[in-house]
Amino acid sequence: MSVSVRIPTILRTYTGGNAEVSGEGDTLREVLQKLDADYPGIGARILDESGKIRRFVNVYVGEEDVRFVGGLDSATPAGAQISIIPAVAGG
Amino acid sequence: MSLDFGPAVALSCRECGTRYDLGPSFACLECFGPLEVAYSFGSVTREDIAAGPANIWRYRSLLPVPTDVTSKQNMNPGWTKLVKADNLGKVLGLRDLHVKDDSGNPTHSFKDRVVAIAVEAARNFGFHTLSCSSTGNLAGAVTAAAARAGLDACVFIPADLEQAKIAMARVFGGKLIGIDGTYDEVNRFCSELIGDPLGDKWGFVNVNLRPYYAEGSKTLAYEIAEQLGWELPDQIIIPVASGSQLTKIDKGFKELISLGLVEDKPYKIFAAQAAGCSPVSTAFKAGHDVVQPVKPNTIAKSLAIGNPADGPYVLDIARRTGGAVEDVTDTEVVSAIKLLASTEGIFAETAGGVTVGVLKKLVESGLLDPSLTTVVLNTGDGLKTLDAIADDAAPTAVIRPSLDAFRAAV
Repeated sequence: MSVSVRIPTILRTYTGGNAEVSGEGDTLREVLQKLDADYPGIGARILDESGKIRRFVNVYVGEEDVRFVGGLDSATPAGAQISIIPAVAGG
Repeated sequence: MSLDFGPAVALSCRECGTRYDLGPSFACLECFGPLEVAYSFGSVTREDIAAGPANIWRYRSLLPVPTDVTSKQNMNPGWTKLVKADNLGKVLGLRDLHVKDDSGNPTHSFKDRVVAIAVEAARNFGFHTLSCSSTGNLAGAVTAAAARAGLDACVFIPADLEQAKIAMARVFGGKLIGIDGTYDEVNRFCSELIGDPLGDKWGFVNVNLRPYYAEGSKTLAYEIAEQLGWELPDQIIIPVASGSQLTKIDKGFKELISLGLVEDKPYKIFAAQAAGCSPVSTAFKAGHDVVQPVKPNTIAKSLAIGNPADGPYVLDIARRTGGAVEDVTDTEVVSAIKLLASTEGIFAETAGGVTVGVLKKLVESGLLDPSLTTVVLNTGDGLKTLDAIADDAAPTAVIRPSLDAFRAAV
């Protein structure tokens, strides 16, 4: 499905400075594969060597943190907004 | 722009070690790992420190702040009391117990420590607005520090916070934006704002200034050691929200050892969470080294971070030092607030109820050694979380102003 992906500042070197790019796929895994095909190298920044989401990256489909809803297998319905955000501490 | 960060020389990725110039960045370009301040310490002596002011700047040679920081407009927090808690110790069966009472800071929480460092970073980078995502205490610390420093403030909180924390954040001026969502959602919002032109020249103390900000928590370690007569405690109980404070207290202890300011000895770090938001405790007990996020539901709102960024490090440190991560229910939190108040005259916010509640639980389960020097942190003021003890917020008796009425009532 056609989705939009919000890119954090530190990954915008891959997207020519674009903060938002369009993506494609029925699951988050497919969307990230397509993203890496469009912007080579970006996938390895989001996923570690074993293919899991890096522990200091949060990925959201719509409002949901994908760690709650199926991880890389999370469904990405048409028009979904996907956000990739570095983890930050707070309080 | 010429930067003055004192002994700080670079930012370094805690995960992969990649180094970067000092700047307003917080995540590693290689692996997204958190960036930390790296130092080149000169010689630092106990005498130099003792000759400094009665605030965190006595440790300025160990912090990423300008050499002349004491001449800046800053809240100058810290040097709070380390209370020898013999009464509470007796009730719990501990021989040598101390409460580090950080409610004594300018805006009544430990957050003044971290914000004081972030303010100096914001000035260094030429930012005009100080901002944060906050569970409450931080919002007030930021708006107050911005007022003192002459910066604008715009802070973001979950809209359902305690009234006292909202009032505290508002009274210093600046904008206070309530977001209809949890802290984790507020945090996410701020992370997106930071990449947007709307957030240009903004210093988010716990996002783009986080490497500097977080170092402020080291001062808790320095003060505790100095107040114990330049000795490390054997056991310490620290609350965990994002996990940053615990991680930095450990860093502070290690620095004191490597600088020869204290004798090297083992210490155990225990982490405390509320059962209604205990992702790190759950991971610890399950033997995991990553943290599964949760949706918080606890009265300890200052600790209600369901997706704690430094959670993995808390697990590493608790295991490395032989400590543990434990959690207590909201009912236990309220009992612990009352226990600390009635034994030591310290009125803690819910986070202090969490640490004291966990202290009690650890003694009962045998994980704490009652013969050793133990420090428990109270990070905030009970006046900010009055709802927690609302059931008791009434006089013991209401009487007419007569001796007879009093005699009858007591």
